[in-house]
Amino acid sequence: MRTLINVPKTAKKGEIVEIRAMVAHPMETGYRTGENGVPIPRQIIHRFTCSFAGREIFAADLFPAMSANPFLAFTTVATGSGTFTFTWTDDDGTTQSAAAEITVT
Amino acid sequence: MAGRSLALAPLLAAVLATTVAVADTLEADRRSGYDLMSPELRAMQDDDLSNPGMFWVLDGERLWQEPAGAAGIACAGCHGDAQESMRGVAARYPAFDPALGRPQDLAGRISQCRTERQEAEPLARESDALLALSAFVAHQSRGLPIDPPGDPRLQPFRAKGAALYQTPIGQLDLACASCHDRNWGRRLGGSTIPQAHPTGYPLYRLEWQALGSLQRRLRNCMIGVRATPFDFGAPELIELELYLMSRAAGMAVETPAIRP
Ligand code: HEC
Ligand code: HEC
Repeated sequence: MRTLINVPKTAKKGEIVEIRAMVAHPMETGYRTGENGVPIPRQIIHRFTCSFAGREIFAADLFPAMSANPFLAFTTVATGSGTFTFTWTDDDGTTQSAAAEITVT
Repeated sequence: MAGRSLALAPLLAAVLATTVAVADTLEADRRSGYDLMSPELRAMQDDDLSNPGMFWVLDGERLWQEPAGAAGIACAGCHGDAQESMRGVAARYPAFDPALGRPQDLAGRISQCRTERQEAEPLARESDALLALSAFVAHQSRGLPIDPPGDPRLQPFRAKGAALYQTPIGQLDLACASCHDRNWGRRLGGSTIPQAHPTGYPLYRLEWQALGSLQRRLRNCMIGVRATPFDFGAPELIELELYLMSRAAGMAVETPAIRP
């Protein structure tokens, strides 16, 4: 799995925690040309979501201006122990996902 | 990407023409490209979970464990735990290869194990697999001082690299030293000119949006002065690397570094 996720292992209830997620992806814009001027087709991740205990807590639409290997950081309030699920959706519909646990006391 | 370097060319001719030998880089004044980067980029390099170069290191770790070739042996099958067997190796490359009768860089050495020991298809220079293996092996030396071998057989090659470093090349007629010894720390268009220490390779360059080798970097600089770059794997690039590594002796390995 080509993702790097940073979620604190533990947090206090009500604490604001920072979550960082990066995925390996070329984010090909569709505006470049390759050998002999042949256009390189667009291939980007256009949607990222993060869910906690089955409920979506963060989502982002991504566009061609995003760099390769997109890195997203956001915060959430630690409400209880559980699993964050991260999903990246490609233009062609394929998805990659990753998960990370948090223990809230 | 070459386009960006070319666009800088007329500008830098003007900048450099006005500059005559400012003091050459002093030993005590050596700085890694890291020290010249913004705090944001340094933070990106320092945190393994925000450093995209780590994707290649992790890929390399997987490849290290995978049996390959007719021999069906993984790198790990012969070398075991890379944390032990590969510690410090990248810090002393390029090394003299008696069979070739000349120096070999780390990527070349890995390719050699791949074709001769694993009896597998060769990996192309700058392929993701070779970059990943090189990054994984070099990562085992992160934090260790660059330690060029004292092997006297390397000396003539290092001297050739040093001479090339001082030779003006390309339509702009600039030597590596014109920029990296006499104008480091100054700006060239949007970039700060570093001292050209090869401490972080292979590294993730934002302009490339990918990991790349030192040879790719050197070829970029050659294209930037409108010279015909040496081919990947060319002896001249390995000689330049030998010289750059001796110039950076004692500086810490940073692989995988980040650069703008
Ligand atoms: C069949 C056993 C074998 C396999 C498989 C193998 N190697 Fe090696 N490797 C060796 C031996 C033996 C040496 C040292 C002797 C020599 O110079 O050939 C060596 C040397 C090296 C060196 C140089 C070490 C130094 O101290 O200079 C590196 C780097 C290396 N191997 C990387 C790799 C990688 C990466 C792979 C997998 C792609 C690999 N090797 C697969 C046997 C192997
Ligand atoms: C016209 C000025 C110029 C010349 C001549 C030049 N370079 Fe560079 N070089 C640069 C600049 C500018 C950068 C940094 C680019 C950036 O950060 O975007 C750089 C980067 C480098 C780096 C990367 C350092 C790091 O921190 O990773 C190395 C190594 C290097 N050059 C070596 C060379 C060599 C060897 C030559 C001669 C063949 C050479 N350069 C010629 C301007 C030059």
